Amino acid sequence: MSMTFFQMLNGATFAALLFVVASGFTLIFGLMRIVNLAHGALYLMGGYIGYSVGIATGNFFLSAVAAALGIALIGLIIDIGLLRFIKTTELRQVLLTLGVAFVLNDIALVIWGGDAFSVPVPQSLQGPSNFAGLVYPKYRLFVLLMGVLIFIGLWLLLHKTRLGALIRAGVDDAETVEAMGVDIKRIFVYTFMLGSALAGLGGAMGGAFLTLYPTADSEILVYSMAVVIIGGRGSLKGAALGSLLVGMLATFGQVWFPELAYFVIFGPMAILLAFKPLGLFGRAA
Amino acid sequence: MISALKRRALWVGLGLFFVMVLPFIFTGYKTSIATEILIFAILAMSIDILAGHSGRTPLCHGAIFGVATYVVLYYVTVTGGSVWVGSLLGILAAVLTAVVFALLAIRTSGVYFILLTLALGMIVWGLCLRWTSVTGGENGLRGTVRPEWLANQVHLYYFVAVCFVVLTYAMWRFVNSPFGQTLKGIRESESRMRTLGYDVSIHLFLGFTVSGLFAGIAGALYAFFNSFVSPSTVALAQSVEGLLMAIVGGAGSLLGAIIGSALVIILENAVSLYTERWLMVLGFMFIITMLFAPQGIVGAVKSLMTRYGRKPAQKSSQ
Repeated sequence: MSMTFFQMLNGATFAALLFVVASGFTLIFGLMRIVNLAHGALYLMGGYIGYSVGIATGNFFLSAVAAALGIALIGLIIDIGLLRFIKTTELRQVLLTLGVAFVLNDIALVIWGGDAFSVPVPQSLQGPSNFAGLVYPKYRLFVLLMGVLIFIGLWLLLHKTRLGALIRAGVDDAETVEAMGVDIKRIFVYTFMLGSALAGLGGAMGGAFLTLYPTADSEILVYSMAVVIIGGRGSLKGAALGSLLVGMLATFGQVWFPELAYFVIFGPMAILLAFKPLGLFGRAA
Repeated sequence: MISALKRRALWVGLGLFFVMVLPFIFTGYKTSIATEILIFAILAMSIDILAGHSGRTPLCHGAIFGVATYVVLYYVTVTGGSVWVGSLLGILAAVLTAVVFALLAIRTSGVYFILLTLALGMIVWGLCLRWTSVTGGENGLRGTVRPEWLANQVHLYYFVAVCFVVLTYAMWRFVNSPFGQTLKGIRESESRMRTLGYDVSIHLFLGFTVSGLFAGIAGALYAFFNSFVSPSTVALAQSVEGLLMAIVGGAGSLLGAIIGSALVIILENAVSLYTERWLMVLGFMFIITMLFAPQGIVGAVKSLMTRYGRKPAQKSSQ
């Protein structure tokens, strides 16, 4: 198997993980107009929860569920406990989530310490898969599959359910949705919890092949931001395409220019932003 | 009854006197804390030029600041050059960084501006972390860059204090100049300024660059003070700390940035005596400020004064 193809698979699997994390980020950003700067911290926290549950129960499925639910709960607390009080000023909300990120990271450091961890992977997903002459880690293929399934699931949620229709309407014009008698605050809470749950799930998924360590949160946050800047606020399609682009660039950048890997992602992002400030699929608020 | 002008002169004189006698009151290691406060006050004021006076909240100033620190330390310890040339190069590098950041970021505003400046700052951080052959990676760069006559803590304090006074005056003149007033106009209403015929982009670009210049000078001074630089100097936490200083003191007031710097640095040193959880304290400070006192200390004092029927004090430091 050629090296390039191997790298492309690496890029695609990383993109799948990025999509899971960034789709939550973009949903919250799209609907509530706030950049949740604690999203990376939620990812890391989810990974740690997944790790602890995985060690305790030995069940990967349980650890992923626990991570998603645990982080959804933290998201609920952040939204109704903090953000609700300053609903009108987005700038203050963003800076507040920054404070939350610092607190969460430090709590994680107290509980789990500074060592690197990996979420335990079930026996059936360990080792390489051998498929038509293609040797590749099974777990990473599983992540790829999960990314695609979550994309389909989110698409169905947004386009085939009433809640999804309300979320999409809210992304375009939250005020009008509220004026039509919809309790937009409830939609906000659901979206914030859903977005957080995706971050937590991403933590458990990513924690099994990228290790978890104290600064992993800011790396994933920066990647997610790049995805959303490229794809456009609140767009699922944008998040998918952005993830693919960032995943590939990050993987090939690390192979070709290991010391300048960040430039490889942010160069194209900056150029795109100069021509399309709202991203590929972004629409003006 | 003394006139407002005389009263202002009196306050400025008192402030200057306080800065000059500080090493006699706070001796020993406390002098170095005072030095640190002054350096970070310069950084916080440079952030306030954007956050307070132009209505653009940047999260990249730690990176601009740190670039200068890196260049000074690299030039002096690795290539063995003169510290003054190194400082000049460091400040130049910081200004260049600010120019690039500004070109990309001025098109955006509000949340997007935060997002983009954060990402840009992160690139610098990633570069400093990974480009080990130049930056030393995690280990950073270490070495004394101070010339002989600044080796003493007290001498260094006075050197920094003189820079601080000169730079504070320069920034005060800047934000009160017609140019600075234009920035304030942009903060209040961008569309109105555009309608009046002002080129908003050019003004923001220059404002950003000037802000980067001052942040770079602070970074070069930090190289004198700290004799060490690592990726944590350019990390997000540094940008956040600087922004917190500007906001806690009161955004839109240079005096607020100085008060904020003193408060955050003193608290940091006090907290470090008891616990390693400084980042958590920093996070909580941010949350509490955003929830309860977004206008900061100076803003709170002003609104208190108005409430009790007194005319608000002259904006001596704006």
